[in-house]
Amino acid sequence: MQNTYRPKIKDSFKKTLRAFGQFLPVVFGVLLLLAMIDAVVPKTFYAWVFSGNKLIDPLIGAMLGGIFAGSPVASYVFGGEFLAQGVSLVAVAAFILAWVTVGVVQLPAESLMLGKKFALARNGISFLMSIMIAILTVVTLSFL
Amino acid sequence: MTAIKAILVKLGDRWIFLAIAGAVYLIAAIFNANLLQAALLRFVALCVKILPVFVLVFALMFVCNFFLDAKKIMRFLGKESGAKGWWLSIAAGVLSSGPIYMWYPMLADLKGKGMKNCFIAAFLYARAVKIPLLPVMIYYFGLPFAVIINLYIILLSSINGLFVEKITKS
Repeated sequence: MQNTYRPKIKDSFKKTLRAFGQFLPVVFGVLLLLAMIDAVVPKTFYAWVFSGNKLIDPLIGAMLGGIFAGSPVASYVFGGEFLAQGVSLVAVAAFILAWVTVGVVQLPAESLMLGKKFALARNGISFLMSIMIAILTVVTLSFL
Repeated sequence: MTAIKAILVKLGDRWIFLAIAGAVYLIAAIFNANLLQAALLRFVALCVKILPVFVLVFALMFVCNFFLDAKKIMRFLGKESGAKGWWLSIAAGVLSSGPIYMWYPMLADLKGKGMKNCFIAAFLYARAVKIPLLPVMIYYFGLPFAVIINLYIILLSSINGLFVEKITKS
C-alpha cells in the first residue's frame, strides 16, 4: 500500500513545487509594490479625496479601494475614520468592498496567472458590483 | 536589441514583473533612501505576515494535486457541475484566508484542469466575506451592516461569476 502511494505523493509534491516556484516572482513583485505604495501614500490622503457629494463619493470610494490594497482590517479602520469624518456610508461600503475584490496592483499578477481577459473582466465587474452592493446594503439598512 | 529581447523572452513575464517592481526600489534608492528603508521594512513585515498563508496554500495545492485530477475537477467545478459548483466555489471563497494573489496559482492550476471561469470569479468575489474579521467589521459599522453586506456578497458572487463567464466566452 505504501509503495502504491509513494510515487503519487512524489509526483504531486513535484507538481506543487513547480507551480509554487512559478508564482513566487509574481507574489514577491506584488508585495514589493504594495509595500512601496503603503510607504508613499500618507494615511490622510484617503479622507482628503472625498468630495461630500453623495453620488460621486461611492465611485471615489470604489476607485480608492480598488487602487490601494492591503489587509482588509486596514480598510475597516480607514472606513471607520471616514465615517467619523462625515463620509457617507455608501461610499465607505463601496471602499471596503472594492478593497478586497478589486486589485489594480495585483492586476498584472492576475493577468499572468488567470488570463488578461479574465482579470480585466473580473476586476471591472467587481468594481461595479462594489458600488451596487454598497447601495443595496444602505437601502436595505434604511428599511430596518 | 535582439539580445535583450531574447533575454526577456527567456525570463518570462513573471520575472519581468518582479524586475519592474525591483526597478521601482532601485529608483527609490537613488532618489530617496528614507523611502526605500520605509518600503523595505513594510515589505519584510508583509512577508512575515503572509508566511502562514504560503504554507496553507502549498498544503492545499499539494492535497488538490494528490486527490483531484482533471476528471474530478470537471465533475465538481466544470461544465456539468451545475448548482454544486456554485456552492462549492462560494463556500471555498468564504472559508479561504490570506491575500487574493496567494490563490492565483492554485486557481490557475484548477483552471488548467477544467475549472470554469464563473466559479473562479465567484470564489474570488466570495473572499470579500472575512469570517475571522467579522468582530472588527461589527465594531466599526454595526451588526446589521455586517450581516446585510455579507449576505449580499454571498448572494451576488454568482452574478459576478456569470458576468465574467459571459465576457470571457465572448
